[in-house]
Amino acid sequence: MEIILAGIKQALSLLISFDPEVLAITWLSLKVSGTATLISLFIGIGIGTAVALSSFPGRQIVVSIINTGMALPPVVVGLFVTIFLWRNGPFGYLEILYTPAAIIIAQAIIATPIVMGITLAAMQQLPRKLRLQILALGATRFQMVWLLIKEARLSLMAAVMAGFGGVISEVGASIMVGGNIKGYTRVLTTATVMETSRGNFDLAIALGVILLLFAFAINLVLTRIQQRERPR
Amino acid sequence: MNGGSILEGSDIQVRRGGRLILDVPSLAIAAGEVLSVIGPNGAGKTTLLQALSALLRLNRGEIRFRGARIGVDITPLNYRRQLAMVFQEALLFDATVTANVAAGLRLRGTDAGEVKRIVAAKLEQFGIGSLNDRSAKTLSGGEAQRTSLARAFAIGPQILFLDEPFAALDPPTRESLIEDLSRILRASGATAIMATHDQGEALRLSDRIAVMHEGRIAQIGPPAEVMNHPVDEFVAAFVGVETILPGRVVKCERGTVTVAITDNTASPASYNSRGNPGVILSGTGREKTAGEAPGERSLDSLSSDGMAIPPLTTGGRIDGDGYCLGEEAAGIGGMHRPAAVYLEAAGEAKTGEEVFCCIRPEHVTLARDLPPGRTSARNSFPAVIARIIPAGPFYKLYLDGGLPLAAYITVQSLEELGLRTGMTVTASFKATSVHLIRRG
Repeated sequence: MEIILAGIKQALSLLISFDPEVLAITWLSLKVSGTATLISLFIGIGIGTAVALSSFPGRQIVVSIINTGMALPPVVVGLFVTIFLWRNGPFGYLEILYTPAAIIIAQAIIATPIVMGITLAAMQQLPRKLRLQILALGATRFQMVWLLIKEARLSLMAAVMAGFGGVISEVGASIMVGGNIKGYTRVLTTATVMETSRGNFDLAIALGVILLLFAFAINLVLTRIQQRERPR
Repeated sequence: MNGGSILEGSDIQVRRGGRLILDVPSLAIAAGEVLSVIGPNGAGKTTLLQALSALLRLNRGEIRFRGARIGVDITPLNYRRQLAMVFQEALLFDATVTANVAAGLRLRGTDAGEVKRIVAAKLEQFGIGSLNDRSAKTLSGGEAQRTSLARAFAIGPQILFLDEPFAALDPPTRESLIEDLSRILRASGATAIMATHDQGEALRLSDRIAVMHEGRIAQIGPPAEVMNHPVDEFVAAFVGVETILPGRVVKCERGTVTVAITDNTASPASYNSRGNPGVILSGTGREKTAGEAPGERSLDSLSSDGMAIPPLTTGGRIDGDGYCLGEEAAGIGGMHRPAAVYLEAAGEAKTGEEVFCCIRPEHVTLARDLPPGRTSARNSFPAVIARIIPAGPFYKLYLDGGLPLAAYITVQSLEELGLRTGMTVTASFKATSVHLIRRG
């Protein structure tokens, strides 16, 4: 118990004192996970919407693959991204393994199916006739899709939260493709793992608390937006 | 094709899963016309509306808007920008009432000032001006549907498609909305095509009614024609002709057709797709009895309440020798079931022709202490009241007069005549009230 209390105390002191290393790790975590979430939103909402609004042979299989992807193990993603970015791998020439870019790619791969699956479910929950109603109002295809996305925005907010929550707390892939290089690819989760393995529990707890506060603050903002939008 | 038509369809076919679900060889809708499409669930009403509004792809055929072929001379998008559609569900956006009413205009890139002016006018027109800032998700069913209608009218559609727009509303809300829509439709001069399963709505709003059955238009015409002269048994059953009796024409003379009812146990329900209850038969009727010569009449002596039943008064002599002489008579409820009953109908038919006799309940009059024959109605006979059911401002009475019959009477008539179940009355209807449909 003392260890936990000491950890919380240290977390507060690190935050209050604006410890440069902690700030750098926190900022990198935000940058990496935020960028990965944005990429996943772009791809996930696009493909999720397309699948929801179309019918084609094998659609059920595609939906099953997307749903399976929502539970994609980060270490498996880390493994394959490492192989692909390895010096002799298909994308080795990019030379981005053990860089923040590699972590962004891995995290985007983890978050995309989550966003896609939630988008798919949100779009399918909209009344089927709403599409016809929008077209009958004189909308082009693009206007129709945009209006449908706007209609599903509260559910899509959940996709943002789930996607971001999934990658900010992920450690396996980040450590595999980022390498936890101090001052370069060290993020909150990888730093926590490292400090725990060194026996620096107070620092590990401090980083964990920062991670929790960080995730809580982001979700609080999104939840407030979501609840403000909800009709009373 | 009609030169004054705003919308024409020819050879329209839509298939789903290989099954033909819409087959309309030809349809023309005049500018300013209000056409109601009625029919049971699954008849193809919604499919027809969606096909005509270019919301679904045709497997065959073409649709012309003001003579321009949709998809050839005019793009589906440009065509859809000339129309509006209101569904059973209001299908409003998660936004304010004002934003919803403005949606169609904004999609067309209408100037913001113009949007504001039109939206304000439509909100007032549909009586929802006070709701302008309300979230659409907080509206009642009636308010939401008013918003949906205002959104449709805001774009000034040349054709308005209404897909059962009042079906989900409670009766008072529906009543006031129909009233307003009727007024606004007439004032705007817009062409409207409305799918409904409510004949009352169709009668109030329409210039023509189309009855759909299994993807085809079974009949189309002015409301009175469809309601009073259904072309077939299905239309008759659907438009609410309560009594439909199969018979054979035994005589035609001077525009009057005498029909022998071949199955006078047929209840309305057995032909009525809406599942109205059938008549409980338990009484007397005009029949041919043993020893009676063709052209003579017979009667049962007393009714259940002791009233003397005089002869039936179908006009003319009954010729021929195909009458049952009582051997097919069946006792129901301890009473006598006549073997054959005759009705007179106005019109033309061939002797021996198989027909359906259709009688609407509003055409049947009832009297107490009126001996049949003392009325100009060519069909008049004693009948026992089998059931009395309240039907809004009326009572619906199911009668057994040797044939099943339904009649509407007002509350006042029921009270003044003191009618009750089991009582015998004289039921009358004119020969012109019997609509004949050829069988087969």
